[in-house]
Amino acid sequence: MTQQADNGDSAVQIGGNKTAAKVDEYIVEIVSDSGEGAQKCGQTFGNISGKMGNGVWTVEIIPAEIQPPARSPAGASGIRIRIGSKYITNMGNEAELVVAFNEQVLFSRIANGAYKEGTIVLLENKWETDPDEKIRNQYSAAVKEFAEHGLIVHELPMEEACLKIVSNARKGKNMFVLGMISYIFSREPDLGRKEIANTFAHKGDKVIQPNIDLFDSGYAFAAEHLDYLWEIPPYTTDTTKPTIITNGNQAVGLGVMAAGMELISMYPITPATSASHYVADVFGNVGGFVHQAEDEIAAMGFALGASYAGKTACTITSGPGMALKTELIGLAVMAEVPLVIVDVQRGGPSTGLPTKVEQADLLSSIYGEPGDAPKVVIAAATIEECFHFVVLARKLAEAFRTPVILLTDANLATGVQPYTRPEIQEEWLSAPVDQSPWDDAVPAFDWDEGTGLSQRPIPGQRNGEYVLTGLSHTDRSKVAYDSDTNQTSMAHRSRKLAALQKTLKPPKVHGDEEGGDLLIVGWGSTLGAIEESVDILRGEGKSISALHLRFLSPLEPGLKEIFSKFKMVMTVEINYSDDPNGPLITEENRRYAQLAMMLRAQTLIDIDCWSVVYGHPLQPGMLQEEFNQRLDALNN
Amino acid sequence: MFGLKADWSVDVFERYFTLGNYAGGEARWCPGCGDFAVLNTVHRVLRDAQMPPEKSVVVSGIGCSSRLPHYVGTYGLHGLHGRALPLANGVKARRPDLDVWVGTGDGDCFSIGGGHWLHAMRYNMDMVILIFDNGIYGLTKKQTSPTTPTGERTNTHPEGALLPAMNPLTVTLGITNVSFVAQVPDWNPPLLYETIKAAHKHRGTSFVRIIQRCPVFSDSFCKPYQDHPENMLLLTHENGIPAADNVKRLFQEQIEHDPADWMEAMKVARDESKLPVGLLFRDPDAVVYEDFSAKGLNKTNEEKLAAINTALDAFAI
Repeated sequence: MTQQADNGDSAVQIGGNKTAAKVDEYIVEIVSDSGEGAQKCGQTFGNISGKMGNGVWTVEIIPAEIQPPARSPAGASGIRIRIGSKYITNMGNEAELVVAFNEQVLFSRIANGAYKEGTIVLLENKWETDPDEKIRNQYSAAVKEFAEHGLIVHELPMEEACLKIVSNARKGKNMFVLGMISYIFSREPDLGRKEIANTFAHKGDKVIQPNIDLFDSGYAFAAEHLDYLWEIPPYTTDTTKPTIITNGNQAVGLGVMAAGMELISMYPITPATSASHYVADVFGNVGGFVHQAEDEIAAMGFALGASYAGKTACTITSGPGMALKTELIGLAVMAEVPLVIVDVQRGGPSTGLPTKVEQADLLSSIYGEPGDAPKVVIAAATIEECFHFVVLARKLAEAFRTPVILLTDANLATGVQPYTRPEIQEEWLSAPVDQSPWDDAVPAFDWDEGTGLSQRPIPGQRNGEYVLTGLSHTDRSKVAYDSDTNQTSMAHRSRKLAALQKTLKPPKVHGDEEGGDLLIVGWGSTLGAIEESVDILRGEGKSISALHLRFLSPLEPGLKEIFSKFKMVMTVEINYSDDPNGPLITEENRRYAQLAMMLRAQTLIDIDCWSVVYGHPLQPGMLQEEFNQRLDALNN
Repeated sequence: MFGLKADWSVDVFERYFTLGNYAGGEARWCPGCGDFAVLNTVHRVLRDAQMPPEKSVVVSGIGCSSRLPHYVGTYGLHGLHGRALPLANGVKARRPDLDVWVGTGDGDCFSIGGGHWLHAMRYNMDMVILIFDNGIYGLTKKQTSPTTPTGERTNTHPEGALLPAMNPLTVTLGITNVSFVAQVPDWNPPLLYETIKAAHKHRGTSFVRIIQRCPVFSDSFCKPYQDHPENMLLLTHENGIPAADNVKRLFQEQIEHDPADWMEAMKVARDESKLPVGLLFRDPDAVVYEDFSAKGLNKTNEEKLAAINTALDAFAI
């Protein structure tokens, strides 16, 4: 099934007389108006490439509106697919080829720096002869401008070719384009046809066949009209390990089921909702239920109530939802209710950038509640971790009788990547609710002096009756306003974090464990971009290393010792920080990026930061440039 | 039921519960507060239903009313202001075996928890909602609530409450899938008992608005009915709240009302010249949300593992 390069041969023959040039990796984009199926096309292309043994990362380009006006630069909807003969962990730098359904949508991508000189543009040319003169003029002006940007534009009658097969090209051009790029990148056509059959399986042959015809026609069209032909050999991987390919939200959903959770209580919010969409489709098969609550607060309350009653529950949301849930998160901390809260971060504050990535909920997750509310906060760095960290979060929640916040983000949520298929363990599933009698000599909060840990009675357990309350309470959960009770119960809740921290190992340094010039510290979805750029610079002999944190509350141990071995430590984050050279900014008033702020406080080391809030994932190229400057400054 | 043990002694498994089994902490409401009457009635209804104390959960929000869980010897969840209903819904969602009660007030339910009120009625999960309606915020010391009568002087409206008081009965009756709406004054113990008992028996969300005395902050709220029982209208019907003759005798105004008749219930509720007392509406066939949310409770681990693996198969390369 997998197309192998002939050993010793530098090129493979495909179709006509062209020979495929071997490349190590390639970045393709497909951009269109919203609703033209560019994303489905790209995801399918990613799946085919994954099945052919390539490393893959796809990221969606999403406008904030459902149906923005057609042909508007702000309405660009689409997808980027990065494929390679290696494990791909991020979206990379500029795209090398883009298929565009109209010329206007390219402008916002150009403004975002998505392309470079020499990027190939395969552009729909029907606008050239549009009845509307304005559109004709826009088109010709754009084509000229693209050439000035150094883009290599090929104007192609894609729609005309589609109309030979379907009456509405808007609903089929994406599969035509899938055929085109499948040819260009030497994809096995049968894999494409199979993927199409799977995608439209529930719609039947009437839909499958025309889409396969479109695919074949696009494949033939590219063979006939285009001189581009590349081959990206598979990367050697342990083929005995079964692999799956998902986006981060699907991984979270799979994790929820694998963690044995019975209930997702949610309220629609971008970009978190698709996790619940996915689970809603299959949850019934494991006996689970998705509750769409009347609002974010109710979603949290419902999950809290279920968890109090002994059932494992979670709620999945994004920043504005977290803000609304704050008071109930405080109750879960105060009353020690185990619960998993997934925050798929987006741009903030307020409504911010709903569809775009940011890592700015770190401090609010850890410190967001009025009063002291210690809880566990962890962050997934890869799509695979989006799965495993849900299982981990539930275990931590139960073991430490606490809410656990799992941070992911819009980049992980919509990014698609192949990873090792998890082997589901029976012990991950939740045990039946304990209904055996409770020993009434044991209080409801039988805090262990050393760790703050305690077991909890579950409704239905005879002699365990207690009243859970958010008021200051004694170990028997009796309301108590006296000084000692408040002081000691706060100490017990806080001690649980120290107890957890004692079980953690110091994080591994990616690079020089014995120290060096520059250490980059990151968290969350930036792992791939940071390590890729660090690896490139290390390949050039630079003394740079990286360290990525998964536990944010409590922080992983040993940080101060590790940091002390480097001349300079800086965080890289996607949240706002003041530019030290900006107007009015001094060392006294500079606001640091969020993790940097925490690490400075915790380690008393002068940790710097570099952070941006452009709304898109970090590109290794940007980081390389920044790191090079820092290294130069360090060594001069 | 009994079992013979190896030493020939006998364990008696049958349990009989007395009022003491439902006693919680000592209630700390003000002297003369109507909440005591509700609390005693809840104890009695639980005792008469012989509910094992470990199987009941009393959920509440914040306010005087919401101290209820602390005074009942079952499990309890004293939540946040306005959030009693989502918490209670969550308790019931995957534990339909639990007997769920909610204690809430006019501020907690109709104001800060207003959104949840509408939706909880629509979910219609099997639980009793007791609204301790005294027409005032008591715990925070006399602020205007949604049911404060117009002109009533409060600390937030010293010149008198500005707006007409909200009518919680018409609002509740207007919610699709509502299944049980009753109203009762706290100072009529037999009627209070029969109303809460009927609410407890009903499968679905039973909305019981209790007109509750607050002698400290809103004495005037109940006075018109205490001093002039003719301002109340007793709803009688064979399917309504049972009332003995000596109870009926206290109500000069009575009307035969079939609780199956929604239009009539709305009419009775809308007519604010008289305070209706009794069962306004009951629909035993309304959809109950836990019939959906508690599906699949009996899946075995083998079934779950197989289903998760099937889910993973769909993403396999």
